[in-house]
This record gives sequence, C-alpha cells and structure tokens, in this order.
Amino acid sequence: MKNIQRSVMPLLACLAFGLSAPAQADVKVLATTSDWGALTHEIGGDKVNVYVATTAMQDIHHIEARPSLVARARSADLVVATGASLEIGWLPVLVRESGNPRIQPGAPGYFEAAPTLRLLDVPTRVDRAMGDIHPQGNPHVQLDPRNIAIVAKALAARLAAIDPANAEYYAQRGRDFDTRWRTAIAKWEARAAPLKGVSVVVMHKDQVYLCHWLGLVEEAAIEPKPGVPPSAGYLGELVAKLSASPPRMILLNAYNNPKAADWLAARVHVPVVLLPFSVGGTPAARDLFGLFDDTIDRLLAVKQ
Amino acid sequence: MTHHQPIAALCALGLFVSPVYAATADDAAALRAELASLKADYAARVDALAARIAQLETAAANPQPLPEPPESPPPPPRDAQSSDTAFNPAIAMILGGSYTDTSRDPGDWHIAGFFPGGDEIGPGERSFNLGESELTLSANVDPFFSATLTASITGENEIEVEEAFFRTLALPAGFTAKGGRFFSGFGYLNEVHSHAWDFVDQPLIYQAFFGGQMAQDGLQVKWLAPTDLFLEFGGETGNGDAFPGTRRNRNGLSATTLFAHVGGDIGDSTSWRAGASWLDQRAEDRAYENVNDIGDPVVNAFTGKAQTWVVDAVLKWAPNGNVTRRQLKIQGEYMQRREDGALAYDVNGLDLGGGYRSTQSGWYLQTVYKFLPRWRIGARYDALDSGSSRIALVDDGTLPTDAFPLLRAANPDRLTLMLDWNPSEFTRLRAQYAWDDARADGARDRQFRLQYLFGIGAHAAHKY
Repeated sequence: MKNIQRSVMPLLACLAFGLSAPAQADVKVLATTSDWGALTHEIGGDKVNVYVATTAMQDIHHIEARPSLVARARSADLVVATGASLEIGWLPVLVRESGNPRIQPGAPGYFEAAPTLRLLDVPTRVDRAMGDIHPQGNPHVQLDPRNIAIVAKALAARLAAIDPANAEYYAQRGRDFDTRWRTAIAKWEARAAPLKGVSVVVMHKDQVYLCHWLGLVEEAAIEPKPGVPPSAGYLGELVAKLSASPPRMILLNAYNNPKAADWLAARVHVPVVLLPFSVGGTPAARDLFGLFDDTIDRLLAVKQ
Repeated sequence: MTHHQPIAALCALGLFVSPVYAATADDAAALRAELASLKADYAARVDALAARIAQLETAAANPQPLPEPPESPPPPPRDAQSSDTAFNPAIAMILGGSYTDTSRDPGDWHIAGFFPGGDEIGPGERSFNLGESELTLSANVDPFFSATLTASITGENEIEVEEAFFRTLALPAGFTAKGGRFFSGFGYLNEVHSHAWDFVDQPLIYQAFFGGQMAQDGLQVKWLAPTDLFLEFGGETGNGDAFPGTRRNRNGLSATTLFAHVGGDIGDSTSWRAGASWLDQRAEDRAYENVNDIGDPVVNAFTGKAQTWVVDAVLKWAPNGNVTRRQLKIQGEYMQRREDGALAYDVNGLDLGGGYRSTQSGWYLQTVYKFLPRWRIGARYDALDSGSSRIALVDDGTLPTDAFPLLRAANPDRLTLMLDWNPSEFTRLRAQYAWDDARADGARDRQFRLQYLFGIGAHAAHKY
C-alpha cells in the first residue's frame, strides 16, 4: 500500500501541476506571418505563446486553410494579421471554423496591422481587371521598419488589453523595443544611404515599402499586374525597355520562383538580389533586426 | 419717402454696373494686371514649395532626426455619412457552363444495381449547357449570428436554395451551431460547393448513395477540441427529406448524422485530414419507376431505414507549403449503406410488397497535381459494388429476379481525367474525359466535357 502511495503521489502531483498550469498560461497568439510572430515575441516575451501560420517560403496570398491552423485558431487568445485583404483567401475560414468568439473580427482578440498605418498604392479605381489589387492599399507593409515601430505600439496596447495582469510588462517591453528599434533604424538608414536613387526591378508590387523607405527607384515589375504571371510577350517588352536603361539590380523574394528573374537577369545583364522578405526568408533573417540587417547587407553587396 | 426708393435702387444699380462697363473699355489692361498678380502669387507659392522640398530633402539625408511616417489614422471610409448600403452583405457570384459530348444517350444513364437517386445526377444533357449560376450573400447579423444564402439559378430557369443558414459566432468552448438548410458535414466532398470541385461532376458514390450533394433542412452542432491536433465532432438532425430518406409527415427528428474529423501537418510541406461519418435516414414510399422483364411499367417503392458509413481522407503536399507553383492533392472516400425495410411492387394495379435488405458500397480515389502555376491535371477512379439485395418477393418465388432489373447485382465503375487552366484565382477553364461503365448493360459511355467557371464579387475563402 505504501509502495503504491509512493509511486502514485508524484504522478498525482504531476497531474495537478499539469492541470493547474493552464490557469496562468501564456497568451496564445496565432500570427499570420513570421514578421508579426517575431514582433509579438519582442513585445510579449515569455508571457506569450506564438504560433506562426506561414513561413517566409510561402506566398501569404495563397495559403490553405489547413486543419492544423483551424485547431490553433480554436485556442488562440489573439490573432495578429496584416489585414488589407492580404489573408482574405484563408484567414476568414480559420476564424469562422474556429468556434472561438475571442478572435472574431471586432473582438479584442483580432488584431490587424494595416489599419494602424498609412498604406501606399491605394487604388483610385478597384477592378479585378487590374489584377490582384487590394482596395485598402498595398498590404506588404513590413519592409518599412518605421511601420513596424507603429504596429509595435498598437500591438503592445492590444496585448495589455487582453492580458491586463501583465499590462506593465508589455508596456515596458514595448518601450524597450521602441528604443532599440529606433537606434537600429538610424543605423540602417545611415548604412543604406548609398542605395538612394538606385534603380531596381521588382517581382510583384511587394517591395514598395522597402523602395519607399530607402529611396530605391522601382523601374519595372516582372508581374505585368499584381498576381498575374508574366507572359513571354510581356517579358520580351521588358527586355527591350530595360536594355535601353538597365536597372542596377533585380529584387527577388525568398518565396518567389526565381525563373523569370533569372531569365531577365541573363538578358539585361544585371544581378538578381535574393531578399528574405520576411523573418526566416534567409538564414541571417532570424528575427526582425536580422531581417533588415540582411536585406541591407544584400542590397549593398550588389551595389558595390 | 417710399416713392424715392425705386430711384435710389436704380442709382445703386447704376453705380454697381458702371465699373463693369468701364472695365470693358480697359479690358486688356485689367487682365494683364490680373495675370501679373497671379504670376507673382504662383511664383511665391512655387518658391515656398521648393524651400519645403529642400528642407525635407536635407532632413531625409540627415539620419539623426528620425523621419517618422505620418502616424495618422487611416482615411475615413468613403461613405462616412450614415447610409444603409454600408451594411450590405458580401455578394459573390459564380457563373458556370459546359459543353458535353457523350457516346451514349445521357437520357438512359443510370447506375446499375442502385436505387435511382433523382435527376440531379448523371452526365447531363449533350452540347452546350448553362450550368448553375451560384449567388452567395453573407454577413454577420449581430454579435451572435451570421447568415449565408446560396441560391442557384439553374440553366432550366429555376431558382433553387442550395444553402440558407445561420451560424453562431459567440458560443463558448469551441461549439458552433448552424441551422436552416446546409450541406451536411459528413465525408469530405459533401460540403464543397460545385464550383470548387476538382472535376466537373461528383464521384459515383455521392451520386448513387445521396443523389448528388446532400443538404439537410435542420440543425448542426459542431465541437472543436482544444488541442493542437485538429479534432472536430459534429452532429446533425433534420426533416429527413434528403435522399435516401424521405419526408414522412411526422413531428420531431427524422434523420441523424454524426461525424468526426481529425487533421494536421507533417512538416511545412504536407497537411492532411481524415474523417468518419454515420448517417441514419428513414424513407417512406421512396418510389421510382421502372419497366419489368415483360415490358410493363412498374412503380417500386422502398419504406424502411437506410444507414450509411463514410470514411474519408485527403492529403495535400506542396514544396515548402508554397502552393503557388506546385501542389499535389490526393483524396479518397469509402461509403457503405445498409437498407432494411419493405419494397412495394405495383404493376397494372397489382400491389405486391415484401421485405428488402441490401448492403451496398463504393469508393473513389482521386489525385490532382498543379504542375505549373496556372495548370492542373487530375485523375479519378470510381467503383461501386451493389452487393446482392435480398428481395422477399423474389426469394419466396412470387416474382422472378428480372422483375427488378435496376437492382440486379452490378459493379459499375468509371475512370476520369481532367486538365484545367486557371489564369487567375477567379477563372477556371477545364477539359474532362471519362470512361463511364455505370449502366447495367456494361456498354461504355465516353464522356467529354469542357467547362468554364468565373467568380465575381466578394473574394471567396475556401475550406481545406
């Protein structure tokens, strides 16, 4: 009997601990991209448990509403999304199928980054004949670090609203991040000064914020219209146009198919620069700081 | 005093008007002066702008004072004034149509060995056909409910309610309830709208066992487990009208469906879902017309219960989970139905009846591969086993086996290949070829189809 007690008691203790643990559990966050995942980590520290729905190798426009994501949405206290219709093909399904009232749009547990920002490329006319356009503006906001700073503030406030017990913790980490981030921006801008006015060709209209921030001049896009793959005829025209005034480089995102960019690069004799685009897109882009360090390193390496 | 007023008014008018006449005399000079002042004004403004640009440029070139992007709230919505249209539901429309070429008369198509499942199934008519135009309206009703209507305008100029349901938004603990008319949640393909199918038509098992897609008029409750593994359980009940059940003019519950789904990821590249479902349906005088062995028209009718098991699985793979370039999808379902009851045999006013029991099964396996960003190819194999029905009227020698030609044991099958081109998310053009051995005489039907599907309006978000 004593033996049984001896062996059962630790087991019961384990069970009790295991059951009591969720009571003071972390805030469960479902982030749609690795960038928002990384930002939530920066602000939330060890008080948040972040699951990132996608990787930097995936095109966020086209994600399957996988069962695993529905399961994560079910338990999430907070969804952190880009908004501006970027995730429109899949996030509404997750939210709908989750059976989770905390993360319904309009609830405190549903956070979108785009509404806190002034978006570029807001179309004056909305028509699908123009390709895969976003009525609210270009949603690829993460490549301007000044946007990240704004979203960070809003996210810190949201985390504090959801988890008031740790409000001061999030505010403190938010301030700390803001200081480090502003120092980093100053450093990146100083380093990237020579990139100002450099002409580039982009894949999709998703480097607009990077170009806008660093003063890169977007000469042309390989996609004739957003989301529409280039035809042979269009690529021919592009070669003719770019041969006359060659750009300095072609920008390629980690998730893009390199074929069209390589093909164009071989004909107009300019280098292709592979950029991480999101956290995890290259080995060096381990976090948000690494994302911009590596992006600028790679741009400067080709510029020189 | 009063009679002076008109004169004063005239004088005032004269004073007011006279400078205009004076100006016409010196028109060019005045305009020249105005132009000069305008020029000076604009020059001052341009100078001010140039100064501001220079100031901004030096500020941008100098990294020390951090340039902050305008931290302003987003512009107000275009229609900021109060307006009823601001609450309009999301509207999405799918237009579909096809061209059909079959080697045999589609009018005599049937699935050998199975009760006919209505007129929604089969290869359809030859030549050009306008398909269903599917109109979906959806919106949140209030913080507690959302509502969706999907109406199908058919090529025969009819409007059908495909789905019309409410869904809860605020139930706690992972519960969701749905009510109205909705596609039943059993299996994998039943909930998928026809425009999202990977082939023009449904697998034979759906056509044979459910007469196409099964919609319930009733209630559904689903519960999603709070686990990282996707684990979902659901139950439905309704009026029982859907084939193989019939409406029975009774109060209360008439049909029950239970289902469970499980799913997850294997690394970044692969995801999967599997499920098992059970349906219990009741039929009363579920009739079909037939011609017996000696050429007399017969009406057969089944009364009893139909219980169906369904198991389903789907697996999707894409390199790094990036579905834009390549994706492989493998999907299969198996169904088995037991029917137990009585079968009536009504010929020339002679109304016979006796017991009926059968166990029938079938399956399909299909795979679709996106091999280029805009191109997909697919193959599907369907097989059915009608089993051997126990018909009391035959067993006791009252009638010969040939009296029930449609229920004679058979193993229909079909092979289908398809190719589709998707220039954008909203367009699909498809070609499909099928070798169809569903008919009782075993003679093959070669079916060739071309299909178009266009989506306009609100961006559709598709389930897994």
